Amino acid sequence: MRGIDYVLKRTGFALITVFVAITLNFVLFRALPGDAITNLSRVPHATPQLKRAIAKEFGLDKSKWQQYVIYLEQLAKGNMGISYEDQQPVVSKLKEKLANTIPMVALGTVIAILLGVVTGVISAWRRGTYLDNLSTMTAMAFYSFPTQWLALMLIILLAGFFPVSGRTDVFLLNPSAWQHFKDVMIHMTLPALTVALTLYGEYTLIVRSAMLETLGEDYVLTARAKGLKPWTVVRRHAFRNAMLPTVTLMAISLGYIVAGQILIETVFGWPGIGRAVFLAVSERDFPMLQGAFLVLTLVVVFFNLAADLLYFRLDPRITT
Amino acid sequence: MSTAPILGLEPGVTADVVPARRKGGFVWQVIRERPVAAVGASVVLAFVLIAVLAPVLAPYGLHERVGPVYGRPSRQHLLGLDDGGIDMITLLMYGARTSLLVGFAATLVAGVIGGGIGILAGYFGGAVDAVLMRVTDYFLVIPDVPFMIVVAALWGPSLTHIILVIGLLLWTTTARIVRSQVKSIRERVYVKRAGAMGAGHARIVLRHILPQVAPILVANVVLTIAVAIFDETALSFLGLGDPSKISWGKIIENAFQRTALSSGAWWAIVPAGICVALPILGCTLVGQAMEDALNPRLRVSHLGARKFRVRAMVAKGEL
Repeated sequence: MRGIDYVLKRTGFALITVFVAITLNFVLFRALPGDAITNLSRVPHATPQLKRAIAKEFGLDKSKWQQYVIYLEQLAKGNMGISYEDQQPVVSKLKEKLANTIPMVALGTVIAILLGVVTGVISAWRRGTYLDNLSTMTAMAFYSFPTQWLALMLIILLAGFFPVSGRTDVFLLNPSAWQHFKDVMIHMTLPALTVALTLYGEYTLIVRSAMLETLGEDYVLTARAKGLKPWTVVRRHAFRNAMLPTVTLMAISLGYIVAGQILIETVFGWPGIGRAVFLAVSERDFPMLQGAFLVLTLVVVFFNLAADLLYFRLDPRITT
Repeated sequence: MSTAPILGLEPGVTADVVPARRKGGFVWQVIRERPVAAVGASVVLAFVLIAVLAPVLAPYGLHERVGPVYGRPSRQHLLGLDDGGIDMITLLMYGARTSLLVGFAATLVAGVIGGGIGILAGYFGGAVDAVLMRVTDYFLVIPDVPFMIVVAALWGPSLTHIILVIGLLLWTTTARIVRSQVKSIRERVYVKRAGAMGAGHARIVLRHILPQVAPILVANVVLTIAVAIFDETALSFLGLGDPSKISWGKIIENAFQRTALSSGAWWAIVPAGICVALPILGCTLVGQAMEDALNPRLRVSHLGARKFRVRAMVAKGEL
């Protein structure tokens, strides 16, 4: 079969990356400068007795290699430790947070893709015109504004129309399934819109460049020479080929979107994985921070692999 | 990409390498092709000037209470006051110092690491290349904002830490681009001749290769400044910046944490965001124009910034 090598190679790379990420996660939290015991105890001037007790409880009195092996064993069993905040297992907390983040990010991404594709195609088609310049400059501007600032702008402009904090209305008691869904969707509007705005500029530029590339190809010239309508040429010949790099770039970006949610979720108090990172930092909840970082890295690795495989699937020219 | 010499050109000049130009010529070429690059450069320069001259230009003192909490914009205070009754324009000017310092310093770190790794990998090739590029691949996959947060949180908030952690993550694209350039320059005849005449590695790299990759390195570094400023804002917003230094990110954080929204004090937030966006936009325009002028083949992928930059093209093996 075509390119089984390629698939194996990319998957192998992804697996090695996962292992590197897991190791990095250990090194960052255990081996870097900074006293693990002091960090764990969260007491600046702990007595030697307390320090010894903590070292024993967390296995910090063992050698680094033993700790590493124990860490790998526990991780394989799906144990990422206990959150300091509420003594709950990190794994189950992370699952819950991730389940809150994904729909919001997905909604924002869909909006961004639709907006980006439309503006990008129009820009490329009408390249060099006033419309193109306007669209490109707008895209670049949205690309430059700080994420948290865009979120705050939406709050300033739309606070009267949509809730600006949290995922549900706490005063909505015993809601039916439909009411709950509506409630969540309304709360999701502003965060998702922020996701869309931060991404759309990037997508416009990607689609525009990809379109410009394909519009210069010989087959587009042929299609025009055949007398096809301009719109047909754009849609059937240029756009379909421009989708190759676009789809992969978007797949790669998806991984980073989940990772980039930290600012948006912090502003809107959205109880997702990004806010979990923020809270873990401010409360020095290191097991939670470690777990969240690992999950975010895995998400990125996964989408990178997906992008590689998708590109391979879409572009028959790739064989190695 | 072929590295075969094109007939009719001077031997050793290959198809994919832009011939060296005179320095002044290059600047003019960039400006002629993309006049907007000049605008971008002036914006960045203006901000640098404001940052440097902040103590002279600022209308009030940085810790001087000149009016009520969140005082409205007025003739004396065009952008109003912050939650401590301090003039916003003064804050923004001093904030420029920290934000730009972090942007430039982190970029310097990233440029040195990226340029160094790129040159080493491209020049020596073989096992060195393979190892260094593998490392680069892994760094590309690490989600940078969470990584920065983790490291900044573990190290504790300080300006040096912020600069280091941003610099340590932003070198990957630079390394890849420089490497691909060095790889083709290394094969040029004059480099081989220099080697044959007994020039050592250091001399060849410094005298013959570095000047050739310098423009593309600079173009890339300019793009990195934009990302670094952006990341500083993010870290400061999460409370990981230096608590004693005011920066644009910190201004936004303070406003957010201290009820600027519910007080309706838009002037405490809006100008700071625009201040962040303008130099970023300026750097992006300059960097892209330079990249375009240097290597028209990059046009497709020159997205220029935060998340993946030219990765897709690199993955396709075009570089």
